[in-house]
Amino acid sequence: MKLRLLVNGEPREADIWEGESLLYVLRERMGLFGSKNACEQGECGSCSVYLGGTLVCACLVLAGQAGGSEVVTVEGLSEQGRMHPVQEAFLEAGAVQCGFCTPGLIMATHDLLARNPGPTEAEVREALAGNLCRCTGYEKILAAVQTAAERTGT
Amino acid sequence: MEFLQPADLREVLETKAAHPEAVPIFGGTDVMVDLNFDRERPGAVLDLTRVPEIREWSRKDRRLRVGAGVTYTRAITELGGLLPGLAMASRTVGSPQIRNRGTIGGNLGSASPAGDALPPLYASDAGIEVASVRGVRMVPVEEFITGPRTNALRPDELITAFMIPEARGPQQYAKIGPRNAMVIAVCSLGLALHPESRAVGACIGSAGPTPIRPHEAEGFIEGVIEEHGLWESRSEIPASALERFGALVAEAAKPIDDVRGTASYRRHAVGVLARRTLTWAWDEYRRDAG
Ligand SMILES: Cc1cc2nc3c(=O)[nH]c(=O)nc-3n(C[C@H](O)[C@H](O)[C@H](O)COP(=O)(O)OP(=O)(O)OC[C@H]3O[C@@H](n4cnc5c(N)ncnc54)[C@H](O)[C@@H]3O)c2cc1C
Ligand code: FES
Ligand code: FES
Repeated sequence: MKLRLLVNGEPREADIWEGESLLYVLRERMGLFGSKNACEQGECGSCSVYLGGTLVCACLVLAGQAGGSEVVTVEGLSEQGRMHPVQEAFLEAGAVQCGFCTPGLIMATHDLLARNPGPTEAEVREALAGNLCRCTGYEKILAAVQTAAERTGT
Repeated sequence: MEFLQPADLREVLETKAAHPEAVPIFGGTDVMVDLNFDRERPGAVLDLTRVPEIREWSRKDRRLRVGAGVTYTRAITELGGLLPGLAMASRTVGSPQIRNRGTIGGNLGSASPAGDALPPLYASDAGIEVASVRGVRMVPVEEFITGPRTNALRPDELITAFMIPEARGPQQYAKIGPRNAMVIAVCSLGLALHPESRAVGACIGSAGPTPIRPHEAEGFIEGVIEEHGLWESRSEIPASALERFGALVAEAAKPIDDVRGTASYRRHAVGVLARRTLTWAWDEYRRDAG
């Protein structure tokens, strides 16, 4: 079937098999490799994207369900070649090691700060509970979120 | 695989009647795991997300009709004041990403004994609105869930909504798991005080083939409250009665040993949760007196 989406502001079209996930379409049909595929069962959060403005695991959306909707991936956060402040904060804090979890964590942080510009640590932990990182031990990620909150909150 | 995506209620029921084998999908948080792992390869998938009647909720005469497609996130943000027990349970589900997609209708569809939305529905005597081209029927949730992962839906039927009274008293939900998020319940307990009907509703989760209403425990504690005139006086429930309530709830559980916990741990733990949730709810009831 044919699938039409608005991805990062651009109308996109792809020929897909009906059983594909939105994640598969983004990566394998549209060449957007920012959203990562690790577990395909909603456990790791590395495939997090916005669907119609809502943070979701792209691996759990059947592609056709997203038809006609707006999707924003990590590739869509930067503006005019400049990284988003959340992305800069992750780099500066050393919150990125292998980087596999980073796109998902950046999406989840972006979503948290849009809803709650000054989160407490408990709120940050709750908001990022669905994103796994095997490298950093999370401390630097928590620090990066605080830095990003300070910069985007003002 | 056929992808079916009707846009209104009439069309969705006609489509289900014409394709009874089609697997309904709303949030996809259960269905997609099966598809991604090739555990299931249905001939057709029926997307319900475009049907307004399944997405919406409404309120009339202090009763709510909540569309099957209301997500956990919406249950927390839109219904937290009207259905506090369900909102508490919703907060324990998965992660923000899962709560944003997963729905209460999907929890009823999957009918897992560990489904977190189910105990609050049992504790408030919710009715499940089931529809097909043949008409609409209302099934009490206790009859709707028929066993582990089975429910009373016929092949041409869909869950359109559930009906539930808005809370008239305190409600609680407590869940045991190895971490604060992203866990399937080892066991859980939902509890609701219904001061107007002088009733206490309770439901055990994840310690039996289905959620379980501990009817004997409910009757016992209602009797104690009545006998001591506690609905009026709002005095404390005697400690011995709380203990007995916990013990009766533990007796009502039908737990098994599995990877998440042993039967004896579960039986013990639901008794503790019952005592605690009743204490918390009763304390709130006492405070509400002002
Ligand atoms: C990472 C992760 C964490 C999770 N954590 C929890 C948790 O903490 N607690 C918990 O209870 N669950 C949890 N779940 C399971 C799941 O999120 C819930 O069961 C959720 O309520 C399913 O809703 P859905 O809309 O996504 O259902 P779907 O996957 O769309 O559907 C689930 C089932 O119900 C059927 N169905 C859906 N809607 C209807 C309808 N309107 N009429 C008829 N049939 C229908 C489908 O055919 C399917 O059989 C988790 C899942 C994942 C992936
Ligand atoms: S790949 Fe989607 S949550 Fe892990
Ligand atoms: S940096 Fe490697 S998984 Fe997080």
